Amino acid sequence: MLHDFAFVGVFFLVAIALAGGPLILAWLIRPAKPNPIKSSTYECGVETFGDAWVQFKVQYYVYGLVFVVFDIETIFLFPWAVAYSQLPLFAVLEMVLFILILTGALVYAWRKGDLEWV
Amino acid sequence: MNVVNDPFTWAGNVIAQWLGGFLPPVGVDVTMMVLRAGVLGVFALVMFMVMTWIERKGVARIQDRIGPNRAGPFGLLQPIADGVKALTKEDITPDHVDRVVFNAAPILSSVAAMIVFAAIPFGPGLIGADMNIGIFYILAVGGLGIIAILMAGWSSNNKYALLGAFRVVAQLVSYEIPHVLSIVAVVMLAGSMSMITIVEKQPVWFLFVLPVSALIVLFSGMAEIGRSPFDLLDAESEIIAGHHIEYSGMKFALFFLGEYVHAFAVSCIVAALFLGGWRGPNIFGLTVPYLWFFIKAILVFNVMVWARGTLPRLRIDHLMAFNWKFLVPLSLVNLIVVAVADRLAQAGGLAAGTWPWALVMLVFNLAMLVVALALVGWAGQRARRAAEPREMPEVETHDEAHDAEHAPIAAGAH
Amino acid sequence: MTTLQVMFILLGSITLAGGLYTVTARNLFHGALGLIVALAGVAALYALLEASFLAAAQVAIYIGAIAIMIIFAVMLTRGVMGAYPVKDLWSLAVSSIGTVLLLAVLLVTLFRFNWPQTTPAAVPADSIAQLGKALVDPNLYVLPFEVASVLLVAALIGSAYIARDKK
Repeated sequence: MLHDFAFVGVFFLVAIALAGGPLILAWLIRPAKPNPIKSSTYECGVETFGDAWVQFKVQYYVYGLVFVVFDIETIFLFPWAVAYSQLPLFAVLEMVLFILILTGALVYAWRKGDLEWV
Repeated sequence: MNVVNDPFTWAGNVIAQWLGGFLPPVGVDVTMMVLRAGVLGVFALVMFMVMTWIERKGVARIQDRIGPNRAGPFGLLQPIADGVKALTKEDITPDHVDRVVFNAAPILSSVAAMIVFAAIPFGPGLIGADMNIGIFYILAVGGLGIIAILMAGWSSNNKYALLGAFRVVAQLVSYEIPHVLSIVAVVMLAGSMSMITIVEKQPVWFLFVLPVSALIVLFSGMAEIGRSPFDLLDAESEIIAGHHIEYSGMKFALFFLGEYVHAFAVSCIVAALFLGGWRGPNIFGLTVPYLWFFIKAILVFNVMVWARGTLPRLRIDHLMAFNWKFLVPLSLVNLIVVAVADRLAQAGGLAAGTWPWALVMLVFNLAMLVVALALVGWAGQRARRAAEPREMPEVETHDEAHDAEHAPIAAGAH
Repeated sequence: MTTLQVMFILLGSITLAGGLYTVTARNLFHGALGLIVALAGVAALYALLEASFLAAAQVAIYIGAIAIMIIFAVMLTRGVMGAYPVKDLWSLAVSSIGTVLLLAVLLVTLFRFNWPQTTPAAVPADSIAQLGKALVDPNLYVLPFEVASVLLVAALIGSAYIARDKK
């Protein structure tokens, strides 16, 4: 098992080299003629106004929130799924109960309008 | 094994023996790992070129035009031409960007897409690392790509990039849930998260046993990559490329590379999980598992290209509603139905992995799909009826007295 | 010095460096990125212990969900890419004293504890299946497991209520 993870680590480093290689090659080859107009921030072809501050809708946060709760649910689901074939029936029903409780949470968020994209 | 039946393992053994001549065992081990990683990485990059060619030609033909045909025969050298262009284009970095994060974002995006290939089973022994958490590793690595998008959007110092990055992350994060839940159904039936075991447990392809899961994994996979019809958030005509706005030249090409490599990775995952992976009949007595896997992965990618060329883009609120109000409840119900159906079938004496068992599971799945679509249809009918204009109340129409009163004017007007 | 020890020192240093950068970075977003490095380091340490499922769960939950939420929270409060200086000397003093006290408590505990000297048993091959069985075994962890689901629902309802646009 450690050997497999060592491979993953090595692959990570090799992938960084493979992605960084073309970048370095491009840096050596490409022209570099910056001027103030080219280096200005893009805003549909007009001058920018104000800082890069954006009205961050809280809706993005709510989606992330529901995602965290369901992600943790899947963490519990994975070991149960691996052991599924060796489990008696009531163990399966316990997990069904778990899923139903979390489905109830989803229905609550749905009915309260938290899942709408405003 | 000999060179014909399994060229990759044979080549690996030959190289390992040659290295063993002058390196200690640790050195041989590390060098072989670096070599395997290099081969997988280069394979991913080469497949990126093939994918872009398939995509451009496929979408072009669907749109009744030819596609690239200048660079080489049938435009086969087009990806190489694109690569040369990306290398030699000037890299315009705007002022006030955060240099370190700005440069790290495209690298992280392509790296996150490439390291998925460490756990993809190309053949019975042909896998980078057969971890006992195979498919879960793939899902975990997806999170790194999301961080790369946030880094890109934030460091560009551009309102549109930041806004685009938030929306893309909201979409990606939402579609990850049905993706993971449907994969849990596969793990349930396979009894392991290791990709090799999942493929070995498919004498009957999981496509026939778990069709709903396969469809959900394919759709949410397409949404995870940010492809059409889910590409509202980085399409040129919409928010002008979203979090990619300030990137040019090779850095933009790296984002592009990350997207297509991720698309190929999702195709490989669907092929391994649902289409039986490397299983296929022998060709002329030769076992060619890697060829069958390759064919299946390309097939799934062609389905994605087909969907891109055919379907219109989904609007962002439709996108989110489709996920949270259809896919997530469907995948939760799918888990329960698969658990119940499997227990029923096994209680009825049908062993797992046989065709009768698969038939029972298929019937349950299709019933669930029919019920789900009927519910969606009913909800749509209700919404349509609520949105229809109501009957207009009776308006005072012109009667004879009114006409006679105004007749001289009307007659005079002619 | 075995390979395992070398790897442990390397990964531990990376984790500590990430954590240090998180608390000393002037820019909040850089701090969040340092946190991601620290979390990835912890995942690598789990992998070193052969706790493969925990390592993947750490990456999937912490980096794939919680780090994203933290970055969203950073952007929710300040969307501007700016640097934020240290507040004032008083808070610096108080926090330094608190940190030194905590460090003293941790070090005393570390050195006084009787660490077992035996090598631990090997990780069984079907550890994930055993984990799954333990989660739903009535004698083991099924009650905390179901209570955890209720806890998750409570967290969802609470935070959705707080985040909701109150009309």
